[in-house]
Amino acid sequence: MSETASRIIKIATKKRYKNKYHWTDYFSYFYLFLGVLLMFGPVVWLGLSSLKTLAGIQEYPPTILPLSQIQVDVEGYDKPLPIFNVTQEDGSVKQLAQIKRIGINAKMVDPLNPGETVKVPIDKREKIREFKIQWENYVDPLRKYDFLLYFKNSTFITVVATIITLIINSMAAYALSIYEFRGKNFALVFVIGTLLIPLTIILVPVFYVVANFGMINSLWGVILPGAATPTGVFLLRQYMLTLPRELIEAARMDHASEWAIYWRVVLPLSIPAIAVLAIFSIMWRWNDFLWPLIVLSKSEVYTLQIGLNAFHGELTSQWNYVLSMTMVTLLPIAIIFAYLQKFITTGIASTGMK
Amino acid sequence: MENISNQTKNFFLRILNIPFAFLMHAIDLIMWPIQKIIGVRNMPYIFLLPNLIFFGLFVIMPLVANFFFSLSSGDELLFAERELPTTKQYDQLFDCESYLNPNTCTEDFFWRGVYNTIFFVVFQVGLMIFFSVLTAVILNKKIIGRGFFRSVFFFPVLLSPVVVGLIWQWILLKNGAFNAIIESYGGDKVSFLTDPSWAMASVIFVSIWAHMGFYTLIVLAGLQAIPPNLYEAAEMDGTSRERIFFRITLPLLMPNLLVVFILASIKGVQTFDEIYVLTGGGPGTSTSLIVQYIFTTGFASSGSVQNFGLAAAASMVLGVVLLFLTLMQLYFSRNKESKHQEI
Repeated sequence: MSETASRIIKIATKKRYKNKYHWTDYFSYFYLFLGVLLMFGPVVWLGLSSLKTLAGIQEYPPTILPLSQIQVDVEGYDKPLPIFNVTQEDGSVKQLAQIKRIGINAKMVDPLNPGETVKVPIDKREKIREFKIQWENYVDPLRKYDFLLYFKNSTFITVVATIITLIINSMAAYALSIYEFRGKNFALVFVIGTLLIPLTIILVPVFYVVANFGMINSLWGVILPGAATPTGVFLLRQYMLTLPRELIEAARMDHASEWAIYWRVVLPLSIPAIAVLAIFSIMWRWNDFLWPLIVLSKSEVYTLQIGLNAFHGELTSQWNYVLSMTMVTLLPIAIIFAYLQKFITTGIASTGMK
Repeated sequence: MENISNQTKNFFLRILNIPFAFLMHAIDLIMWPIQKIIGVRNMPYIFLLPNLIFFGLFVIMPLVANFFFSLSSGDELLFAERELPTTKQYDQLFDCESYLNPNTCTEDFFWRGVYNTIFFVVFQVGLMIFFSVLTAVILNKKIIGRGFFRSVFFFPVLLSPVVVGLIWQWILLKNGAFNAIIESYGGDKVSFLTDPSWAMASVIFVSIWAHMGFYTLIVLAGLQAIPPNLYEAAEMDGTSRERIFFRITLPLLMPNLLVVFILASIKGVQTFDEIYVLTGGGPGTSTSLIVQYIFTTGFASSGSVQNFGLAAAASMVLGVVLLFLTLMQLYFSRNKESKHQEI
């Protein structure tokens, strides 16, 4: 750690160009500061706001921290009332609860003396806040609504689809890298060809195929169409081409079956490439939206993404639940990224795909 | 790829190993007899088979079927119950008095989508490349916390379209954080997503926010491939930084930028999900793009019957555009490779 720290200090204090800071240096830091605010700000803001009460979320102008107004039960009123610090005419400050707001005045009541109501101009009162984290935002949707089920569906699709993708893609890549056989070039062109055909231009007929297999409203209808990825075959093939052939010959000498060579020799050696593909596949599947939207129309098979979108569509005003569930949806990917970010970025930079 | 930590390796291995070995042994029980019968020479076909079946079923067959769908009419999904062949779908799509004015078309929604897509792609791609290059150039400098800043710019790429859409829909609300910031500086509130003249701009902004990191990363890789001795030489000569940028960095980055440009256009033309979550194509049709048209016509027309044929015809049109862009990409990336070899 201290080594990195001293390196950072060294880099920071090192001045190029005749010990003078160039205007581009100032501009760079200004830009980066703005960038952090704009790129990271919304997610931090989401995280903080998902811990607010609904009233706190709807407050305008918004507060940054989850501060919520203290509410008290007053005799004779059904709902708890929010309390304010009200500056009296003589300058003293008194705590009053607000019954309702009428124009520029507020009808207020003293919680200690509930019989009497007073009219107070709204600029004379100030909200009393306390720091309060609303964990219910996270617990309620999981209990009252089906988010736990959506979470399970998403996890199932992500895990199963990734396993299938890894197995069949690595098998194809193994055939295309280790063997020489008739039709190899044709198979390669075939794979490249599928790379050029995005899902968006074959939506209708893929739906037709899936419907013919009876996989509408089934998780398998989401898993299978995207299981064979040309990206994956290429990534793995490029890697497997670099493996030494002697290993395979040696295994053959020892009477290993071709299948055994595949899974005992080639697969373990290709772990780095397979890991890259696994992470990509997890990202694709977890974040997938358009295809599940078409295939899944019943709420018991919704994925987290579809469920979240539908939930938001139905209950537009329930922002507290929408925000917390958005956090839940992005968290797994955020954790993976935090752990493996270098891995992901080098993977993308070296393949040019995402 | 080689510099992955051993920890990650072991982590993957340990978790996957036990069920994996079990499964593989089980498959070997089938594979061994097959190998005995067909011989080692024919084994690669067995390995290729599963992947090719999937490609055939879910890519090649649908591609062929798309022609039939677009050339047949009827409300049914089954071929036997559709009328074949007919050019009705294409006639309907291209039935316009004037192609410049979507209002005169039978399928005005489609043509609005086409124009919106063109507008969207021009601004989204243009601005995104500008900011990607700017960010990449800055991140390529020796700055404090470079890794941190790089991840900050990159991480929105990993967010799902629903998450991106919902976060920004909430921030851009009339009573949202953005308007609070604008008001605190004395501006007026803006209905970012419900005012037709602002909606497209907001959608472009959000789309750039979500995808910029990916292109920044590619441009950054291009910048790092520029030989450092060129910069050293320029520095020796006392060349100004502005001149270095325009005379060395930009020209050497050009082949990279072309590829980024086409890649971004291919993705941009197909944009659907973030906009679907953010505005649903609205207000009116002001942010609905071509894929939105395909989706709505084929799968989501409420009330009226779904028109698979029309959706398929529209995807064929989109397919032609993408094919053109892809051929351009292949052409330019080949050029780029040959140029690299010259150096």
